[in-house]
Amino acid sequence: MAITVLMFGWEFPPFHVGGLGVACYGLTRALSAAGVNVLFALPDRLDLRLPFLTFLFADPSPPPSTVGGEHRTALDPYATVGWWEAPRRDYVASARHYAGFAHTLAAAAHFDVIHAHDWLCFEAGLEAKRVSGKPLVVHVHATEYDRSGGRGANPHVFAIEKAGMEGADVVVTVSRFTKANIVRHYEIPPEKVRVIHNGVDLTFMGTPARDVLRLRESGQPIVLFAGRITLQKGPEYFVRAARRVLEVNSSVRFVVAGTGDMEHQMISEAARLGIADRVLFTGFLSGKDLATVYRSADLFVMPSVSEPFGISALDALAYGTPVLISRQSGVSEVLRHVLKVDFWDLDDIADKILAVLRYPVLHRLLRSQGQAESRRHTWKASAEKCMDLYLALQRG
Amino acid sequence: MPSVCLYFQAHQPYRLRRYRIFDLGRSHAYFAEGEGGDDTNSRVIEKVVRSCYEPVATLLLKALETHPGFKLSLSISGTLIEQLRAHAPTTLDSFRRLVRTGRVELLAETYYHSLAFVYSRPEFRRQVRAHHAVIRRTFGVEPRAFRNTELIYNNDVAREARALGYAAVLAEGVPSALGGRTPDRVFASPGPRGARVITRNARLSDDIAFRFSRTDWEEHPLSAEKFAGWITALRGQADVVNLFMDMETFGEHQPAETGIFDFLSALPGEILKEAGNEFLTPSEAARRHRPVATLDLPTYSSWADEERDLSAWMGNPLQEEALRKLYALEGPVLKSKDADLTRDWRRLQTSDHLYYMSTKFLNDGEVHRHFTPYPSPYDAFINFMNVVSDLQARAGVAAEGAAAVEAPAPSRAGRKPRRVITRPRSTARRKA
Repeated sequence: MAITVLMFGWEFPPFHVGGLGVACYGLTRALSAAGVNVLFALPDRLDLRLPFLTFLFADPSPPPSTVGGEHRTALDPYATVGWWEAPRRDYVASARHYAGFAHTLAAAAHFDVIHAHDWLCFEAGLEAKRVSGKPLVVHVHATEYDRSGGRGANPHVFAIEKAGMEGADVVVTVSRFTKANIVRHYEIPPEKVRVIHNGVDLTFMGTPARDVLRLRESGQPIVLFAGRITLQKGPEYFVRAARRVLEVNSSVRFVVAGTGDMEHQMISEAARLGIADRVLFTGFLSGKDLATVYRSADLFVMPSVSEPFGISALDALAYGTPVLISRQSGVSEVLRHVLKVDFWDLDDIADKILAVLRYPVLHRLLRSQGQAESRRHTWKASAEKCMDLYLALQRG
Repeated sequence: MPSVCLYFQAHQPYRLRRYRIFDLGRSHAYFAEGEGGDDTNSRVIEKVVRSCYEPVATLLLKALETHPGFKLSLSISGTLIEQLRAHAPTTLDSFRRLVRTGRVELLAETYYHSLAFVYSRPEFRRQVRAHHAVIRRTFGVEPRAFRNTELIYNNDVAREARALGYAAVLAEGVPSALGGRTPDRVFASPGPRGARVITRNARLSDDIAFRFSRTDWEEHPLSAEKFAGWITALRGQADVVNLFMDMETFGEHQPAETGIFDFLSALPGEILKEAGNEFLTPSEAARRHRPVATLDLPTYSSWADEERDLSAWMGNPLQEEALRKLYALEGPVLKSKDADLTRDWRRLQTSDHLYYMSTKFLNDGEVHRHFTPYPSPYDAFINFMNVVSDLQARAGVAAEGAAAVEAPAPSRAGRKPRRVITRPRSTARRKA
């Protein structure tokens, strides 16, 4: 008999601001393909229709309109240090409100396992478990510890995370890196924590981009940063390394694709370093535009300061773009045919960017080997590990 | 009655320091000889001297004194001799004492432990002559048998060695090459005046070099008595059992606590206990036993990895590119008559630099991982190619990737005065 999972999420593509939505999409799609029924709960009512998911919305109001493909909820949970000051306290309230909805839901719906993603959904998950008596999996994509870069974690959020992990039957993390954080900072027994790495969704890149970026056409080398422009992703190291690179090779163009709370700071930083004309900020990109940028790049750089996983590195590889990542990312645990650096080592980052542009054989090998390697890390493999977990829990 | 031919290879490369593109044209100090606080090479030498070279030399000298029938053979690369002279001269004396017994044969090889044979025959000959000379100068003996880097061998290696005056050549006993024959015989290379070829018994050699400390091996723990028993049991089927391995097997690859030193101390006595057994050096073995067959090996073999071919050093596009660019510099470098430039170019030819770029270990080969100072083969390639780029500039050749790289822009860094270091500190130390 098929397993039914009641899953609590916070965002979902195309209405997403971070990697959590993309991860939920990939995982639920693969779970559904493997025969699992997924009831997917979300706080806001969104115009979502997917054949493989049943959506349940906590918000009773009619769907909001969307602007330019990006829907920003009133809430922006993946901001960085300082976000929990006055207006942000709303999150804690929203999470509690979501838990109230979970109470009603759990009493009415039929399901076998509860699966809650990140702290905003943990209280909802705990409430559903309390009402139904079904086992709870909490899935940790990012912790308050990562989000704050280890500096000044919000005690309210930390407490919710800890309570969720303690109340769950199993804690899933997206990397051994995150597992270690949880064991150390949240004092969760290691035997309770399972690592299930993220995957890559190959159907996302089914449409080949027709329009090649203008820069690409002009034959200039392109080095790409793609992702949220926040402390955690290390954008400032990208911009500073760019300056080092330009000292040696001034023909390189740096592209920053994404948006985030440090966007303006980074634009100013590029100007301050005198390289504003060499660093292009595209703003938020998705779908075909993002694909075009990935494919146009000679190198994708992800200098994350503290990255639980870093799925965009897998995306870049799948697009055939060589990758340079920091060792402080979860994804560096599973990738070998990539260049690795410490995010703070600007000379090493710059040296490796220059080497990829300078030695064509290196670019070719990283491209071919990296692409092959990325195809071994699919959501199907992640979903299979989730399924094993459900079955084990169901057996009790 | 089986003869046992024991040969240990002693070698250390000049490891590179971290050399970035930013160093191009600013520093020619490529090797970890103290520049930028990186003195890896002297530290490695001092460590291996303590853990291996000194204890092994002491142990072997004692065995030679105790057992008049004990003999063995060593090959010491030129790059190791230089580094011992600089950082551990007393160890060189220990090796001299071994040679003075008259029962330790020193082999000829390429001075730089290089792959020159595959890429440049003239450079190969120059390096073999240079090594012969340093052995004569350091130990007062003339090598008579030849072993190529990592036992890389084919018919041409034997022909070249013969032409350079070496009557015997060492090779890997690759089963496919031997065509079902045992490696424990003396062979002849093709041609009217072929060299004598003696081939490594891979199984018995690797029992010591690789399997000795493996607790999941059915023969573990391996005693000298048991091993000698295997040798004795080959009576009638073997003329000469060739046990070839790295000297660093003892104390480095197999640490002291595995009991490897006790094993090595006891081995000569255990083998000689049986009346029919004896030890021979490679040259003696080649003279003593008649070749049983001609060994026709047109393709390359070596003693490295599972493949026993050249793939450890030339198995991926990074390695091929690095070697191509390096050997393309031969003409310009030699024409420059610049001694420092020539020495740097030759030190880069040491096979270890290419070995570090092998991508085999990314999938399996644990052995590679153990022997590389780099976090990844990609790092090894980048570092090496950055150095080659600087070498190209010194040799007056258009630098690698120069088309894509402009002269440093007139930015802060570009205005820095160029600091040219013509003589790494190691040279000065050696002369002192």
